[in-house]
Amino acid sequence: MPWTTVQVEKLDNFFISGDFTGNRILSYRDALHEAMDQSLARDPRVFIMGEGVDDVAGVFGTTKGLKEKYGANRVFDTPIAENSLTGIAAGAAMAGLRPILIHARMDFLLLSFDQLVNHASKWCYMFGGQVKVPLVVRTISARGWGSGAQHSQCIQGMLMNVPGLKIVAPATPYDAKGLMISSIIDNSPVLFVEHRWLYKTTGYVPEELYSIPIGRGVIHRRGEDITIVAVSYMLVEALKAAEKLQQAGISAEVVDLRTLKPFDEKILVESVEKTGRLLIADTGCKTGSVASEIAAVAAEKAFHLLKKPVKRVCCPDTPTPTSDVLEKAFYPTAEDICTEAVKLVKE
Amino acid sequence: MEKSKLIEMYRIMRLIRLIEQRINDEYKYDEIKTPIHLSIGQEAVAAGACIHLRKDDYIFGTHRSHAQYIAKGGDIKKMIAELYLRKTGCAYGRGGSMHLVDPDVGILGSSAIVGGNIPLGTGTALASKLQGNDRVTVVFFGDGAADEGTFHESLNFAALKKLPVVYVCENNFYAINSHQLARQVDDNIYKWAQNYGMLGYKIDGNDVLEVSDYAEKAILRCRNGEGPTLIECLTYRWKGHIGTVDDVGEGYRPKEEYDYWVSKCPIKRFSEYLKNMGVLNDELIKNIDEEIYGLIEEAFSFAQNSPKPSPDELLDFVYAD
Repeated sequence: MPWTTVQVEKLDNFFISGDFTGNRILSYRDALHEAMDQSLARDPRVFIMGEGVDDVAGVFGTTKGLKEKYGANRVFDTPIAENSLTGIAAGAAMAGLRPILIHARMDFLLLSFDQLVNHASKWCYMFGGQVKVPLVVRTISARGWGSGAQHSQCIQGMLMNVPGLKIVAPATPYDAKGLMISSIIDNSPVLFVEHRWLYKTTGYVPEELYSIPIGRGVIHRRGEDITIVAVSYMLVEALKAAEKLQQAGISAEVVDLRTLKPFDEKILVESVEKTGRLLIADTGCKTGSVASEIAAVAAEKAFHLLKKPVKRVCCPDTPTPTSDVLEKAFYPTAEDICTEAVKLVKE
Repeated sequence: MEKSKLIEMYRIMRLIRLIEQRINDEYKYDEIKTPIHLSIGQEAVAAGACIHLRKDDYIFGTHRSHAQYIAKGGDIKKMIAELYLRKTGCAYGRGGSMHLVDPDVGILGSSAIVGGNIPLGTGTALASKLQGNDRVTVVFFGDGAADEGTFHESLNFAALKKLPVVYVCENNFYAINSHQLARQVDDNIYKWAQNYGMLGYKIDGNDVLEVSDYAEKAILRCRNGEGPTLIECLTYRWKGHIGTVDDVGEGYRPKEEYDYWVSKCPIKRFSEYLKNMGVLNDELIKNIDEEIYGLIEEAFSFAQNSPKPSPDELLDFVYAD
């Protein structure tokens, strides 16, 4: 069994109710699978390509059985050539198809920056909207079990600086399905940021096709004393932290922006207006992170509303260590969020 | 090849040459405020390959793309307006000389990153295969692009998937001032094809009939589902890498080398051939030139009199509708 699967199987089954209720509970992984399955069925222009997408494991189960169902022209394995594959997918998108390209590790995305940044993201602007690139790039961050410096990165922060690229990072099964469908039907390239530690997370998911508007955040827990904005997997840690804070008499509001770019500034400012305190939890390294950008927007648009300086809870500016001891020290947890939140509220 | 097509190839080469000479002449007035890369001397490659393409076939060019754009039937007025960065340009003044586009004739945009267009053209070819149509893609690039990973990654993928794409390498021997032999082992570009599992040829890129012959067969193989081809066309740019400068003589390209290639001018060779065949005569040459000068005058006048973009358009088109 692959090591991250071992790690993920060890995680608690974390249930997130989300902003949709119902009686149908799905895991994050199955919600992604369903979104792609239904999109392949609905639109003949949709196809999936990437390293190992048609193998027995099916990208941690998210593409399993889709080749058998839709054929090798719609779901196919590729050579290990991340940069050109990104360009090939972009070219197919320019010719009217809707590719979903999958990088099983976010680290591999770094090899594709020329085609993603220089080409796919700029094409619409450079040619005045005459050539569109409706491309979805799925990228999955891993963590733990000694994944090390090259199999665990969360580099979404780097990509915030790329004009023309939309970035979504759903944290719940409901958002995973809805944002996958939104990303597929969007006419711009969308980077779809996933985290392996979310795959087992469960939540309510409708069976029918639905989309979640790109650029709109959601409040997962209402509170009065502090706003915690969580990115991707950090939503799980933030919700755990909020529960603990409640016991300590602190009412935390937990906001998930869901789309990292362009992000929902309104939901951020409105929440800070209510609480006056802002903590941002991100899965990436601190400097130049998504958290940094959220903090910058808060400073520009909500400075007068803040009672305390903004706090970022991120990974330190080091490569990911492999040692389990160092790894534990590297990743911020619900405990860290609690500690910092208490300081902001009580001190 | 029928007489009309021969004349058309001659006309296209002459059109490229005269447009680029006019660009060269106008550049000093500083109204064309964008880097330009001229193809003078290399006209036969684009003309010979594009003559066999349909309007709905795709091409992808490079920073040195005027010739390909013209040969594929791109709108000349919009191209010149783009060089003048006007709102009426093919990319509304957002692209410039290095980023030409005309989706109506299958030109989906040229890239100024060396080798950057090769995956894109491989991708449109993938789309043709997945959509089950017979549209062909031709990707143009220079010898410098064979240094890049995208060349190798894309050729491998195209051969693996038997994609309808023709890779046309315009080997003019120089990447800016760096000779091919400073970057690659001698004579190896077309040979990569064999290992990737496709046909590869090295041909005289200054002989438009040879280019046309090899391109025609490669394009036909694409239409028949027989997969990609690499054609390395040996040619030579007369001007320097960028702008209107000359880069011949001490410290630059050897004068003897330059003189040799100028003596092999693709247009002169082809017009002499056509004259000997009785297809072309002095009167027809004069008529073609007059027609071209008229087009050029119209295009430059259109461009120079067109409005520039307005600052309030700055944020348009970051994302698609």
